[in-house]
Formats: sequence, C-alpha cells, structure tokens
Amino acid sequence: MNKLLLGRFIPGDSLVHRLDPRAKFLASFYFIIIIFFANNWASYLLMFLFVLGAIFLSKIKISFFLRGVKPLIWLIIFTTLLQVLFTKGGTEYFSWWIFSITEFGLINGAFIFCRFVLIIFMSTLLTLTTAPLSLADALEFLLRPLRIVRFPVHEVSLMLSIALRFVPTLMDETEKIMNAQRARGVDFGDGNLLQKMKAIVPLLIPLFVSSFNRAEDLATAMEARGYQGGDGRSRYRVLHWQMRDSLTMVVFGLLTVALVFLRQ
Amino acid sequence: MDITFKEVDYTYQPGTPFAQRALFDINLEIKSGSYTALIGHTGSGKSTLLQHLNALVKPTSGTVTIGTRVITPETSNKNLKPVRKKVGIVFQFPEAQLFEETVAADIAFGPKNFGASDEEGIKLAAKMLDLVGLDETFMERSPFELSGGQMRRVAIAGVLAMEPEVLVLDEPTAGLDPEGRREMMTMFNRLHREENLTIVLVTHLMEDVVRFADYVLVLENGRLVKSGEPAEIFQDTNWLVEKQLGLPQATAFAEKLAARGVSFNSLPLTPEQLAKELVEKAGEVRE
Repeated sequence: MNKLLLGRFIPGDSLVHRLDPRAKFLASFYFIIIIFFANNWASYLLMFLFVLGAIFLSKIKISFFLRGVKPLIWLIIFTTLLQVLFTKGGTEYFSWWIFSITEFGLINGAFIFCRFVLIIFMSTLLTLTTAPLSLADALEFLLRPLRIVRFPVHEVSLMLSIALRFVPTLMDETEKIMNAQRARGVDFGDGNLLQKMKAIVPLLIPLFVSSFNRAEDLATAMEARGYQGGDGRSRYRVLHWQMRDSLTMVVFGLLTVALVFLRQ
Repeated sequence: MDITFKEVDYTYQPGTPFAQRALFDINLEIKSGSYTALIGHTGSGKSTLLQHLNALVKPTSGTVTIGTRVITPETSNKNLKPVRKKVGIVFQFPEAQLFEETVAADIAFGPKNFGASDEEGIKLAAKMLDLVGLDETFMERSPFELSGGQMRRVAIAGVLAMEPEVLVLDEPTAGLDPEGRREMMTMFNRLHREENLTIVLVTHLMEDVVRFADYVLVLENGRLVKSGEPAEIFQDTNWLVEKQLGLPQATAFAEKLAARGVSFNSLPLTPEQLAKELVEKAGEVRE
C-alpha cells in the first residue's frame, strides 16, 4: 500500500515548490489539454524537453517520476498495442487476420505512449511538489466562480481538505487493524476469491466504525471551536500570486505559440 | 517457548526513496515463562520489534527464532499460522479490532481461524469473558454498544481465547481508569504465575515494569541499548534520566532521601521495598 506514489508530496524548496498552487494546478491542467495538440515528432520533442526542464527545476530525481509511471505501465502498453495493431495506412509491414502493423500505426502508438508518459509526469510533478492542503486551497479558489450556480464551494473544499488530511491516518489505521486481525489468524490475500472477500470483513467493519467515531469526534471538536460554516470566516493560509507565477503563465503561453507553430 | 533474535535489522520500504531503518542489529532472548518488559521512547522501534515476535513482519536481515520455527528474510508468508497461534499480540487500543455481531462471536473468531469448532469457540468465549471480568450477559451483546473499557476487555479476551503460549501486550492499559488498569495488570500477572504464560509487556509505566517484570529490555533509536533485571536497570538513575525514561516513584523518592544522607545498599524499586528498607533503617537508628 505504501508503494503508491500518486498523491505523495515531497517537501522541498525548489522553484517549482515555491510556485503558487493555483498557478501549478492551472498549468498542469492546461498542459494536459495542449498535449493533445502535439501531432508530430518536433512538437512531441518540444513537450518532452519542456517537461524534463520542469522536472529539472523541481530538483526531484527522475527515478521518482519513472516509479509514478510503473503502476500504469500495463494500461499504457495495452493502449499503445491497440493503436499499433489496428491503425491502417501508410506502408504495411506485417499483416495477419485483423491485425496489421503499419507505418501510421507505429507512429500513432509512439505518440500515444509519449502522451501518456508526459501526462503522468506532469501530474506527478504537481502532486510531488504541492502539499495536499495547498492543493485543496487552490481548488477552492478556482472553484469559486461556481458559487453563481449555487455550488457549495466551501463545503466541498472543506470535505476535500479533511479527506486529504485523513488519508495517511486511515492508511495507518488500516495497517494496524490488518496486523491485529492477522495476529488473530486471518490470512489476507489467501485462498479463492470468496475466501479473500470474506477475509476483508474483519478489516472493513472496524475501519468503517472507526471512521464514524472519528467523524463524530471531529465534528464535535470543530463545533466546540466555533465552526459554523463557511460564511464570515477569515483564512490562515493565504495564497499569494507572485511575479514568478505570472511568468509561469507566460512560459505556458509561449509553449502554446511554439506548439501551434510546430503543428502541421 | 523461547524467542531469540539474532542480528535482526529491519527497514521499512527497503529499496525505495522512502526507506526507513527501524531496527539495528538486535540480539535478544525471551525465555519461556519469563515476564519481559520492553521500554523506550516513542519511535524507538518497540512496536516494530514486537511485530517480529509473531512474524507479522520478517527481518530485513538476521533471524528470529520463535520456538522451533526460524524466521529469516526469505521465509515465505505461507504456514505462519502455527506461529501466530502460539504468540498472541494485544495491540495498542485493541478495541479497534472488534467487528462481529456479538461479543461471543468476536472472541471465538481467533480460535475458529485456528480450526476450533463453533461450540469450542463459544465455550472458550464464555471462559475468557469470565477471565477478563465480564459476566455472561455480555455474550450476546453487540461489541459496539459497550463502553471503551469493556470493549478493551473483550478485545483482550479475543486474543487470550487463542490460548497462546506467549502473550505480547502493547500498552494494554493505556486510557483505562486506575481501577481497570490494576485489574488488567493483576489478571495478566495471574496468568503468568498460574498458567506459566510468557509475557512481553511494552509500556511507559515504570511502576508496572518494576512490579511485574523479571527482565527489562531498553530500546533507543532502533537499538537495544540495555537489558537486564529491573534491579540492575533502575540502579543507574542518571542514565535513565538522561534517556528520559523516568524512574519508578519509590526509586525517585529513595534517591531524594539518599541525597539527604540516607544510605541504601541498592535503591528500592517498589513502595514495599522502600518501606522495608526504611523500617530497617529506623531500627538501626534506634539502636
């Protein structure tokens, strides 16, 4: 369970770490959109160089990012293979039944592969360099316009930050209960599907019960400290949009221009 | 059943950027029928060490011998059940592990995992419930409607029901009231004396250590820094204070008396010993 890298945060003090979370969030989101505009080798090369540059600026080892790709590698390979085997067009190198390997297929496959890897790199960069709570803050800010349509922005972002805060706590709790039940003779992950599912019950029920208790305690503690909802609250963590954040946006603008230029 | 650690190292998430060394070169022996206390700071590796005692985790290097079973880093996760039956662990706040519909079913859960029949399980549940100080009316109740203290007792009964040879207790009385604490500790001590149960107790309460344990292991930053009988461990008061482990009250008081000129052959550990020493001193003075 601890092998999961997605959503991990590595504290640091690089340029990327210090960027405003809103800037980072918007930039990553924007990057995922414009990656679909890249359609030839030159444009993909540009995107790759850009991402590598960003990773370099974050001062985080590239091995972390490769580990982020690992759990998804089968999905990526599967999608790439589908592209390679079923795209028709250009020179045909090989053909059997409904499968064929063609020039276009290979190129498309390579592009899809690059697209996947780049998107994962970029989102890993976002989560590795941004504390979960500032990410929640950023999201609250960015969702604010939705208040016009009566979307409960404060409530949603409060739930989000509480959820993020309790992910590690619940992981620890799971681990503890799992160990306690293993000590009482439960074999997790042994036997056939039905036995495996049955073995989960002694883990799930205590986990739910403790979540209920925790929620109740937390709600009481929040009320005791005067929480009455989102209206009229001031904030402790204030986000500051700075020069470097605007610059990031400019860089992304330039990237878009270059991309449009390189497109065929 | 003896438990022996030989050069045990343990690292969390080895081979990853998050790798964290928790135990360094641990050598120790827990003798059959002994009452061993494991003390040390929070984060000193106590909980990691006790998970080795029934192979919930395997050493990253070195060997743990539990009875006749040798656990090495290469040991497979299969067939560890016999080990787990012999070494029962009561984790911190064990009430979090209750899940069955009735108290009886929850207590019988452990034995049934190890092959007991339904009737045997129920019989054991009744016996264990009595042992932890709850009456029969609790059998059919839901564990979730009990008070915190009662839940704790049920959880402990669930571990005792497996009839382990070694009982590992990780702060079993944390959060209990003084009366409940005393009852629990007395019960464990009775099991130790009458049933010859080997007990490993992890605690921050030095009073419990000096009262019950016959051997003490001191952990610091994942290393075993001292081990011996309580009388030896608690003589070196400066060392203990330096390690921020604290002294039993009687010892602390005796030390203050010693600073004012009362000389002790060896510092008393319990109030009883202190009283006895003082009575003797008073006798000497009178003569």
